[in-house]
Amino acid sequence: MLEITDLVHSYGSHRVLDGVSIRAAEGELVCVVGPSGCGKSTLLRSVAGLIRPTGGRVLIGGQPVDRIPDNLAVVFQDYSRSLYPWMTAANNVALPLRRRGLDRRRRREAATAALDQVGLADAADKYPWEMSGGMQQRVSIARALAYRPSLLLMDEPFGSVDAQTREDLEDLVLRVCAHHGMTTLLITHDIDESVYVGDRVVVLTRSPARVAADLPVGLGDSRDQIATRQLDAFVRLRAEVGRLVRGGSSTSTVLEKH
Amino acid sequence: MNVIRAVGRLWLVPVTLVVWEVATRAAEQPFFPPPSATLARMGEMWLSGPPAHLLLTEQAMDDFGPSLARLFAGWALAAVLGVAAGIAIGCSPRLSGYLDPLIHLGRAVPPPLLVPFFLALLKLSTPAQLTTIVFGIIWPILLNTIDGTRTVDRQHLETARIFGFSTAQRLTRVIVPAAMPKIFAGLRLALSLALILLIIAEILAGSGGLGYRLLTAQRTYLYTDMWGCLVVLGLLGYLLNSAFLLMERRVLAWHRNARQTT
Repeated sequence: MLEITDLVHSYGSHRVLDGVSIRAAEGELVCVVGPSGCGKSTLLRSVAGLIRPTGGRVLIGGQPVDRIPDNLAVVFQDYSRSLYPWMTAANNVALPLRRRGLDRRRRREAATAALDQVGLADAADKYPWEMSGGMQQRVSIARALAYRPSLLLMDEPFGSVDAQTREDLEDLVLRVCAHHGMTTLLITHDIDESVYVGDRVVVLTRSPARVAADLPVGLGDSRDQIATRQLDAFVRLRAEVGRLVRGGSSTSTVLEKH
Repeated sequence: MNVIRAVGRLWLVPVTLVVWEVATRAAEQPFFPPPSATLARMGEMWLSGPPAHLLLTEQAMDDFGPSLARLFAGWALAAVLGVAAGIAIGCSPRLSGYLDPLIHLGRAVPPPLLVPFFLALLKLSTPAQLTTIVFGIIWPILLNTIDGTRTVDRQHLETARIFGFSTAQRLTRVIVPAAMPKIFAGLRLALSLALILLIIAEILAGSGGLGYRLLTAQRTYLYTDMWGCLVVLGLLGYLLNSAFLLMERRVLAWHRNARQTT
């Protein structure tokens, strides 16, 4: 579904991505985790077609990304700058659907349905500034869902909300991605989150970014905020990812707390 | 509480009026009629007509009608031209590269100086007056629109790109609403400038209207009439600004609220 091959990108003489290759199968949720400033966002922007990478190739469903693909949606970290404050939640969700050739009534229906899925059925006529950060991010997710993309990109989607909201949103994303069978690339700096949400975790090295490891999570489909995080497999994998993010090798046996 | 606060702010107005009344009565200068005399004269000139005309006299129609028509026509014309050109220039770096020097040159020319030129060019006084107003007030609208269009949040634009908005959608749903707060600031500034330029244009190229009335009153030593014109112009400016703020508050409710919460 998604094939990123030898992606290289430099800003001037500063190399940010140094040959990154990631694959995601249909319906898979791949988390990309790496230290802050390692080029995660540049990776996402290249996949989205927002920037043209210096080298390498991105294929989505076999098609090379040479401009912004029409089957792709993005959830940004900064919801307050991604939603349009002059529109209600429903209109924010419905606006992109014009491209899908839906008439006004059908757009409205699709928007209401998507808002319902993220638990905001009552907030359709609210403006973003009337909502909490978590609610705004839900609207952002609803907008992506209603658009029915085959690839969903999320750039630190839970980076700006409090811990409780973050857990709710993680479960929401797991639920809706599984429900729609959407291929998802989720970028995060949070090690714990990458293991909890991902089917696979790709760890990037410090800038310039290369793939340090590509680890299957193997925790099964149903996850629980408390129980899953207590599993031995979860704890081991989290430690492993933690070591890799800090620049260690995956064979290291030193346990680090974080 | 609000009433008390409003009274607290407004007390200076009657106090000023009383002091002025006392001072002008004591001075007995023909150039400075007491405010009571000015108000009485204003009522006589403009508000002593038949009830069917809302008490407005014929002179009121002659003075206010043409002036207000010119004011609003000039402002509306400048708004349409300024916003349209501003969006085009703001969206196109090439266009702005060509036009920026011209804009700053044009802005620097004092518009009253151009009245004789516009008169020579356009002969009739009304087109010349309108041109003066438009030329004088378009700059804040144009510059604010350019600025507003250029400074749309990058992520707002990227979201539009990701979801494949058409050019029309991007313009009407993203760029224009995002630039609206700055456009409105320009429009408000232009409205107060329009009143100033209206009077200048009517004094310099006049045939009827408040500016012309002001000029003839001064030339025929009717100082109370002249003061009446000054007072009514002040009131007009105040009312226009208040009405505009009321409209702005409705149209830009999202902007005010969004800024309060973030």
